[in-house]
Amino acid sequence: MDDNLELIEKEMLDDISSFLEHVEPERSSLIPVLQKIQAKYSYLSSDAIKLIGKRLDLTSSEVYGVATFYNQFRFNPPGKHRIKVCMGTACHVKGGDIILENFERKLNIKTGETTRDREFSIDKVACIGCCALAPAVVVDEKIHGYVAPSKVEGIMLGFEIEKEMNERKERSSTENSDGEIIERQ
Amino acid sequence: MAVIFVDNVEIDAEEGRTLLEVCLEKGIAIPNLCFIKHNDSPSASCRLCFVEIEGIEEPVTSCTVKVKDGMVVTTDSAEVRELQKTAFRLILSTHRIDCGNCPSRKRCELIKISRILKVKLSPEIYDPIERKVKAEEHPHLIYDISKCINCGKCVYICKKLHGRSYITFARRGIETGISFFGEKDAESIPCGKCRACADICPVSALLFYEHYSDLLKKQ
Repeated sequence: MDDNLELIEKEMLDDISSFLEHVEPERSSLIPVLQKIQAKYSYLSSDAIKLIGKRLDLTSSEVYGVATFYNQFRFNPPGKHRIKVCMGTACHVKGGDIILENFERKLNIKTGETTRDREFSIDKVACIGCCALAPAVVVDEKIHGYVAPSKVEGIMLGFEIEKEMNERKERSSTENSDGEIIERQ
Repeated sequence: MAVIFVDNVEIDAEEGRTLLEVCLEKGIAIPNLCFIKHNDSPSASCRLCFVEIEGIEEPVTSCTVKVKDGMVVTTDSAEVRELQKTAFRLILSTHRIDCGNCPSRKRCELIKISRILKVKLSPEIYDPIERKVKAEEHPHLIYDISKCINCGKCVYICKKLHGRSYITFARRGIETGISFFGEKDAESIPCGKCRACADICPVSALLFYEHYSDLLKKQ
C-alpha cells in the first residue's frame, strides 16, 4: 500500500512539474497555479509547493503563506471517505463543534487532516443548506442530520463493518480462485 | 529643515522623515511595535503610535505621517492614550503573559509600553485568546506563536536582507502567525548565518536555539 502511495505521489509531482513548465514565471501566476493543482489533485502536497516556489522564484514559505490564507486549498490528500462537518450558524448553535471534536478524537486527526491510511479526512464546511437537520454532517455525499456523539460512533462503526465485510469477501474470493487452480491441476 | 512642536517642545527635523522616527530620536516616548526605520511603506498595524496633530480632527498614527514645518503635535492627550490602551490590551489578549519564564526579560517591548501607558501587563477587560496552531520545526529557529504579536518585523527584515522572505505570515484570522513552511533542509535557507529576525523580534517569539540556551543560562 505504501509503495503504491509513493508511486501515485511521484506521478503527481512529475505531472505538476511538466505543467509548471508552461506557466509564466511571475508572481501573478501563483494563485491560478495553486487553483489548477487543487482542482486536479484535491490538495497541495509540500513537494508541490516547493516546485511552485522554484518555478515562480518565490520561497516555499511565501507560497504556503498565500495558500493558507484561502479556505479553498487543502494541504493533505483527501481521504477515501470524506467527512464534512457543517459549521453554519444553525449547526454551530446546535453544537457542530462538539460533533467535529468527536470525529477528530475518533480518528485521531485534526480538521483538514487525513488519516495515515488515507481512509478518512475531516473538513469544516460552511452551511450545506440543511439547517432544519442541525447539526449536520456530510459523509461521502450522504447527509446525516441531528448528529449526536452516539451517531458519530454509529457512522464510524458502519465503516468498520463495511471494511470487515469487504475483507471477508476478498478472502473468500482468493480462496475460491486458489481452489480453482487446484482443481485445474 | 522643518521646525515642529511636540508637547510644547521645539524640535528641528528634516522634512520628509516620519514623525515617529523624529520623535523617537529626540527621546520622546511614543509606544510602537511594528515601526521599522527606513521602511517606506509602514504597515501601521500595531495601532500604538497615535498622536494628535493640530488641524487634524482625529488622532493619527505617527509612523505614517511625514514631518511638515510648523506641525504642532500632542503625544499624550486623553484621547490618544485611550486608543493606545485599547490597542495594547487587544495585543496582550493574544500574547501569553508568563514573564517569569520568558527569555525576553528586559528587552521586551511590551513591558516598556506598559510603563509608558501606565497600565498593567494584562488584557484586563478582554478575554485572553489561545491560538491553537501546530508548531513547526526549523533547523535553527524556535517560534512561539503564543508570544507572537504579528508585528511583521521579521517578515520585513528577512525580505529586505535576502530579497525574498523565508518566513511569512500564514493562515488567517486569529490563527495568523509566522510560518517557515517546515523547512528542514538547512542548506536551502540562509538562517545559519543570519540572525536578523530573532534580533528584531520585540517579544522574543522568534529565537535561535543557541540564543535560547544562552538566555536560559543567564536566568
